[in-house]
Amino acid sequence: MEFIFFLSAAVKAGTCLLYATLGEIISEKVGHLNLGVEGMMQMGAVIGFIAGFTFGNPFAAVLCAALAGAAGALIYALLTVSFKANQTVTGLTLSIFGVGFAAFFGKTFVGKKVPEAITTFFQPIKLPFLGDIPFIGDIFFNQSVYVYFSYILVIAIYLYLYKTKWGLNTRMIGENPVAADASGIPVDKYKYFNIVLCGALCGLGGAFLSLVYISVYPVNVVSGRGWIAVCLVIFAMWNPGKAMLGAYFFGALDIASFWLQKYNLPVSIYLFTALPYLATVFVLLFTSMRKINNKKEPAWLGKNYFKEDR
Amino acid sequence: MIHIVKKEVSKTRDKILIRVGAVLAALVLSSIIVAFAGANPIELYIGIFQGCFGSIHRFGATIEKMVPLLVLSLGVMVAFKMQFWNIGAEGQFLMGAVGATLVVRLLPNLPLPIMLLCMALLAFIFGAVWLMIPAFFKARFGTNETLFTLMLNYIALTFVTALQYDFWKDPAANGMPKIANLPGNALLPSISGFNLSILFTVIIILVMYFFMNKSKIGFEITVLGESENTARYIGINITKTVIIAAMVSGGLCGLVGMFQISGVSGALSIEITGGLGFTAIIVAWLSGLKVPFVVMNSFFFAILLQGASYIQTAFQIPGSVAEMVQAIVLFFILGSEFILQYRITSDKKKREVA
Repeated sequence: MEFIFFLSAAVKAGTCLLYATLGEIISEKVGHLNLGVEGMMQMGAVIGFIAGFTFGNPFAAVLCAALAGAAGALIYALLTVSFKANQTVTGLTLSIFGVGFAAFFGKTFVGKKVPEAITTFFQPIKLPFLGDIPFIGDIFFNQSVYVYFSYILVIAIYLYLYKTKWGLNTRMIGENPVAADASGIPVDKYKYFNIVLCGALCGLGGAFLSLVYISVYPVNVVSGRGWIAVCLVIFAMWNPGKAMLGAYFFGALDIASFWLQKYNLPVSIYLFTALPYLATVFVLLFTSMRKINNKKEPAWLGKNYFKEDR
Repeated sequence: MIHIVKKEVSKTRDKILIRVGAVLAALVLSSIIVAFAGANPIELYIGIFQGCFGSIHRFGATIEKMVPLLVLSLGVMVAFKMQFWNIGAEGQFLMGAVGATLVVRLLPNLPLPIMLLCMALLAFIFGAVWLMIPAFFKARFGTNETLFTLMLNYIALTFVTALQYDFWKDPAANGMPKIANLPGNALLPSISGFNLSILFTVIIILVMYFFMNKSKIGFEITVLGESENTARYIGINITKTVIIAAMVSGGLCGLVGMFQISGVSGALSIEITGGLGFTAIIVAWLSGLKVPFVVMNSFFFAILLQGASYIQTAFQIPGSVAEMVQAIVLFFILGSEFILQYRITSDKKKREVA
């Protein structure tokens, strides 16, 4: 029973990573490595909390969080897509910006509680039928609606990327924008759409932390989880389904130190902290050494496309 | 239809004007945010200026902030020149500091000059190795170095956390998780607030200028960055060049770790980098990977950093404002690069020319 409780907590801890990772996957699929995930999550977390605190309405909070993340991504898109600025540098700058933004606007809210109406709305709800399945029901189907929405998103993004024309075009741009452009795909429009959607999802991931995961607003609510999400994209080999499993695995590692101490287990907590990064390095090496192309990063990842260079 | 065309060259005067314009525009936008924070922006900018140049002590603090940023940026620049996206400066910085601390722990009684030399050497080696690992895999298997070096930052950070909270924890610190301060024979001597790392930095600037612009290996790095095929065609040993460039790049970043613990913080801790490794990437890029501009921009950013910490104490304005201002300035400069490199024309004009 205790172990089921641990796994259920791991799912909850992994959900913020899952949102951000799904976002970063679609951004990277269109060829844009956005290292601003941390910044966009911070923006979503703080704006989500402020909106929730002010309006006391869960929908308003979530919507504002998504918009905040999308606004951050829009700056990135404007600079990298339209102004051809270097993606790595722009992404890092966005992270610096988001961290400063959240610290500045969140300062007066530190120590404030999430309003009752929102906490109640995001309480775990046991689903009928699915929730009665032994083990699985307790782990996956006795969660907040915020978590359930992420399940739907995984399926939706999988379908978008692999079963629709738009997804095919998106992936083509990430692999070869020259060919995509030549075949008449509006490259820049696709890039803007995917990058901004990525921002909105990162914002949602951040707001999950500030609205659901914690009950009192802390000084730094995201505290580096954005970088773990960047890892997770690689760990999941740019696949939404694997991202889900990876998110729960990384989520388990996130809460592991607490459980290790609780049971006095003789395992180094530092190893657990480093494990997401070590595992990611392993995946990165494995895929590049074995030349597994369909599991590697998109060919044009990190490179801007300039039409006139063609 | 509107077309965007690459400019051949822009005049130096235009370059300066546009960059200054971008910084001014950023400062105007920042002023609005500062006013929002309940402070007078003009007073604040004067405060930043005073905080950096107001006294010899404050100027020393500005230079102290410039040194690590400058050397890190030079290190990052070498790798970038080769189109090798080393964003692991943060990790190399930490590992360098680990290397320097290791010397002190193993041989605590060395005389000062030998001690400093050994610390610098091991810091360089630790930083270099930390980048040569991803460089090797990049050269051999094409492993994505941006992602690999990013991961190595966090692995280094966790490693130092483990050292600080466990393995190297100072038993004399009353349970405080800190690593023991360096002994006197491991500290960089300082003259009226300016420590010796400034002198070394000047030497590094000169050496790097010649390395990048006059040496054979510097030339090979540049060619490799321009085109791998050209490099192969003219007989450059690509693996060797990549490894050497990584050694210099990571080594310089590692050396900063030694400067920082021996000259500024006095002990290894997880806070010594203060995100400078990431700022350095931005500085190197904005400087167009040219040594003189790296020096200039490092100074500019050092002013922002020192000014930020001063206004925090003098005006009670949260340091996060400075972070935002810094990011806004960067956004504007990144955007302004576009105006420098591209030109917008319409179809009509193009036909007339044709």
